Amino acid sequence: MSDVARTPLVDMRGIRVAFGGVHAVENVSIDLHAGEVIGLVGGNGAGKSTLMRVLSGAHTADSGEILIDGQPVSIGNPRDAKVYGIETIYQTLALADNIDAAANVFLGREITDRSGTLDDSAMEAATRKVMHRLNPNFKNFKMPVKSLSGGQRQAVAIARPVQFNARILIMDEPTAALGPAETEQVRNLIRQLKQEGIGIFLVSHDIHDVFDLADRISVMYHGRIVGTVKKDDVTIDEVLGMIILGKPPTEVTSQELAQLHG
Amino acid sequence: MTDATSVRQAADEVPPTRSLRSFLASTEIDTRLAGMIGALAVIWVGFNVMSGGLFLTSRNLWNLSVQSSSIAVMATGMVLIIVSRNIDLSVGSLLGFLGYTMAMIQAVWIPTNLGLGYDQPFTWIVTLAIGIGFGALVGALQGFIVAYGGVPSFIVTLGGLLVWRGLIFRYAQGQTIAPMDKTYQLIGGGPAGSLGDVGSWIIGGLACIAITWTVLMSNRRRRAYGFQVRPTWAMAAVIVVSSAAVLGFVWVANNYFWPPALATQYAEAHGITEPPGGLQIPTGIAYPVLIMIGVTLAMTYLATRRRFGRYVYSIGGNPDAAELGGINVRRTIMMTYALMGVLVAISAGIQTARLNAAVTNLGIQNELDVIAAAVIGGTSFAGGIGTIAGAVLGAVVMQSLRSGMVLLGLDSPTQDIVVGVVLVTAVGLDAFLRRRSTR
Repeated sequence: MSDVARTPLVDMRGIRVAFGGVHAVENVSIDLHAGEVIGLVGGNGAGKSTLMRVLSGAHTADSGEILIDGQPVSIGNPRDAKVYGIETIYQTLALADNIDAAANVFLGREITDRSGTLDDSAMEAATRKVMHRLNPNFKNFKMPVKSLSGGQRQAVAIARPVQFNARILIMDEPTAALGPAETEQVRNLIRQLKQEGIGIFLVSHDIHDVFDLADRISVMYHGRIVGTVKKDDVTIDEVLGMIILGKPPTEVTSQELAQLHG
Repeated sequence: MTDATSVRQAADEVPPTRSLRSFLASTEIDTRLAGMIGALAVIWVGFNVMSGGLFLTSRNLWNLSVQSSSIAVMATGMVLIIVSRNIDLSVGSLLGFLGYTMAMIQAVWIPTNLGLGYDQPFTWIVTLAIGIGFGALVGALQGFIVAYGGVPSFIVTLGGLLVWRGLIFRYAQGQTIAPMDKTYQLIGGGPAGSLGDVGSWIIGGLACIAITWTVLMSNRRRRAYGFQVRPTWAMAAVIVVSSAAVLGFVWVANNYFWPPALATQYAEAHGITEPPGGLQIPTGIAYPVLIMIGVTLAMTYLATRRRFGRYVYSIGGNPDAAELGGINVRRTIMMTYALMGVLVAISAGIQTARLNAAVTNLGIQNELDVIAAAVIGGTSFAGGIGTIAGAVLGAVVMQSLRSGMVLLGLDSPTQDIVVGVVLVTAVGLDAFLRRRSTR
């Protein structure tokens, strides 16, 4: 799957982010290939979300470089990221509650006619098409998204990258707020998008989600990458050990492992 | 009733089809707006009964429309500011300041300093253009400090309230600047500053055609995309009712005649022999009301059909989402204040033209009326919610209360007490209904 000789879709090198004196992300390098899912895991405050916010343009790195298709790029804000086909589904979903589904999907990229007037019908039609694929039961196109259920809101957030043909997708805890059926729907969608050749960063606390979906797993600990492993080469316990102890499996002593298992 | 599970169940089920609700749903009329029109009707009929038929007269309604226009124009801008989770307390002082500037331009600078004399044909337009440009600039300055300086809008505009009023006193030294340019005066209304009957009917007719065209076009668009469209009867009802309202308003305005003294003057000036009982000259729609209607339409278009408006509402709904969506939040906020400055300049034009002077307390406490109009019109301080049409109706409701109480002979302190109570009650009721309608 991930042919090493091929140019990676995303290559982040030596990324550093500091908040005041705290190093949230410290010299992190990570890459992602087309059609690949990278599971990004780690405890609270490990720096996963901050690293992803750098890629999505919500935060600028203090140093380091980002290469897309091997070309160095500068991503200063969310608009820049979108130009490179980087779309993000935030944990908070980042929906404006007071406007309807189509307005949210097209937020910042509205369809207008020649006079610059919003073409709400065209946006609604496009949104209906995408939503039909994501959640065929979705009917509330005229309602503010505030009145939708959690799963429906999630569908609206996912419709955005699908509508705009994302090449690189960042999903921050996509199933954290969902019920079992909806979680399964999201998992299927991730598999489908992967099939279409989209590269996906999957940030998750749910180790089972990650093992189910990811090709490679990167573990972060206190702002650093502990290690990046192929999913098929490791066990869940080994990855948990990396998350909790902050060391690659090879460096973990049997004593520490015993402690971990209580 | 407040049981969480039962509420959730109710939300999941199909909403009960009450006849009135389903009727309104199929016409796609905003129920809140319909409720406000209902409340306004109750106020009007109530005052009419209490005043022994003095309220619902052409004369009173015509005056009401003129008196509402200045506050209504500013309220349309205040909606966008409050929707984006800010406030502007400076509009009253800014109105005074801009009114003074515009008065100085036409009464002192152009005629005396430039030596061009009074009542030049270009005076009114130059004055308005400078006033509007200056308003935009001052508004943008306040907006810049709010958006880029990170100072809360309440503080910035509270400062503005003091600064602009202070500047008036400093430069005007308590003087009244008068008179205004003859053409400029017309935008204040009055018998001369009105369209007359023929002009009013033409405007009314055009409005009816525009309403019909808009409804049919929106229907055609939705049909082209295969969306559900309103039933034909509902479309017809919307067209007929709105057109009737427009023509009714024109009829009322045309049934208010020039005051006898003015009519006599006019007759003498034009060599007409007055018929017994005096010359009856229909006044028609006043220019400030026409301005108010134009501003309302333009602002509604801006708020609902342009990117700018969409961004303002999304910022109000979730500023982070707007930012992550790639919207330039700061520039958008600054623009709402620049726009407010433009609208304040227009209102300053209406008020100085109507007074035919600029006085030092021009626009004093207008900020409170403007905010009250927006809020009575359903604008929420939580952000993200509010309509232009609602704010204009809010201004009309406020003015109706004031003018009705004047007819009943209530003094000014009593009026303030009633308006204050109505303001709080209206917002409380709205919050209650909103809680019930969402879960």
